[in-house]
Amino acid sequence: MEALTQLARGVPWTIALTLTSFLLGALLGLGLCALRLSSSRVLRALATGAVLLLRSVPPVVWLFIIFFGIGFGYVQLPSFLAAMLGLALITAANMAEIYRGALSGVHRGQTEAAIALGLSPRHRFQDIVGPQMIRIALPSAATFAIGLLKDTSVASLIGVQDVAFQVNALAQRSFSGTGIFVIAALLYIALSLPIAALARWTDLRLRAKVAR
Amino acid sequence: MSEILEFWGEWLPTLLDGLLVSLKVTAASLALGIPLGLVLALAVKAKSAPLRIAALIAVEIGRGTPALVLLQFTYFGLASTGLTLSSYAAAVAALAACTGAYTSEIIRAGLEAVPQGQSEAAIAIGFSRMDQLRYVVLPQGLRIAVPPLLGFSILIFQSTSLCYAIALPELMSQAYSVGSNTFRYMPILILAGLLFAAICIPATLLVSRLEHRLDRHTR
Repeated sequence: MEALTQLARGVPWTIALTLTSFLLGALLGLGLCALRLSSSRVLRALATGAVLLLRSVPPVVWLFIIFFGIGFGYVQLPSFLAAMLGLALITAANMAEIYRGALSGVHRGQTEAAIALGLSPRHRFQDIVGPQMIRIALPSAATFAIGLLKDTSVASLIGVQDVAFQVNALAQRSFSGTGIFVIAALLYIALSLPIAALARWTDLRLRAKVAR
Repeated sequence: MSEILEFWGEWLPTLLDGLLVSLKVTAASLALGIPLGLVLALAVKAKSAPLRIAALIAVEIGRGTPALVLLQFTYFGLASTGLTLSSYAAAVAALAACTGAYTSEIIRAGLEAVPQGQSEAAIAIGFSRMDQLRYVVLPQGLRIAVPPLLGFSILIFQSTSLCYAIALPELMSQAYSVGSNTFRYMPILILAGLLFAAICIPATLLVSRLEHRLDRHTR
């Protein structure tokens, strides 16, 4: 029972880390996607390289570079902030790819019609292409967010007291057996259910808005 | 700059030792995990309900649990029941379980992509259920599953960095211990990152080229 309350203390950290790094990453990803599709070849190559690099280096390495690498001798960030930044960067790279895929799913005629109507580039994206892109990107984004929820466990290695951190502490202190791991596994699965449900609900609502 | 290169040159052999351990763990996990994935994929489609449900639960728990928690389970959790694994064995056990759960979904999707007519034709010419799988469905289904399986293999290679948590001397642990001995975390962690990138970037590009190739054939 005591073990359960200690495990529960990790839940807010896991949720907070998932939410903040996803939101920040989804925003940064939009910028990265715009760079990948820009007309300047230099910017395009830089963005493509950044996406490839961010996705090719494991999350642990990014978190350690930010926490220990920048921490020793430069700026020592609190572990939560370091984890959030690292995971947000990885999220940005993955979301940029998801947005790019979604954009290619928006029919070209939509942009052409918006140009024909004389909409500015900003309104073309904000009012016409953007909303459709988000609807197409939603299922992949939800899958990624569930993966991210599990990846936040990596933050326990730099001292964020999330669910994985509490399990590890319990296992090393009391040798509480295997039960605690099963509970932790079920906890992570339970945490991923609302993300899936939210994605389904939003998808249905957005679909309902599209007159078809 | 030349000073950093000198530092890198000095410690590169240590990191390469770690990289070798990472690659070995990856290979062992895949060699055990992919056959496990195939078995789970077939079990999830089995006729017997208990088998199907057991496989489904195994897959969902394996996919829903962070790899780090699986590693802690095989290393610390099993030890508390008296089954003490070396960090190498614990790493392979956890990552193979993870591989089995994820690849079962990839393989199942591959098998389902084989047109129904193929199995119907196999039944029509009198193949047993086993032969139907072995000569008709598996060869076609597994071929479809190859690119996503390769993509997943890259992810498992990246996950070996989590074995730092169970004191396996892989690339990440080596980089961290060099960092804590020399107090120069930044350059050594960057070198570790570059080594990961040096393997994963070409591998990613190769997989996406292969994907395009296979796409062209199936269309």
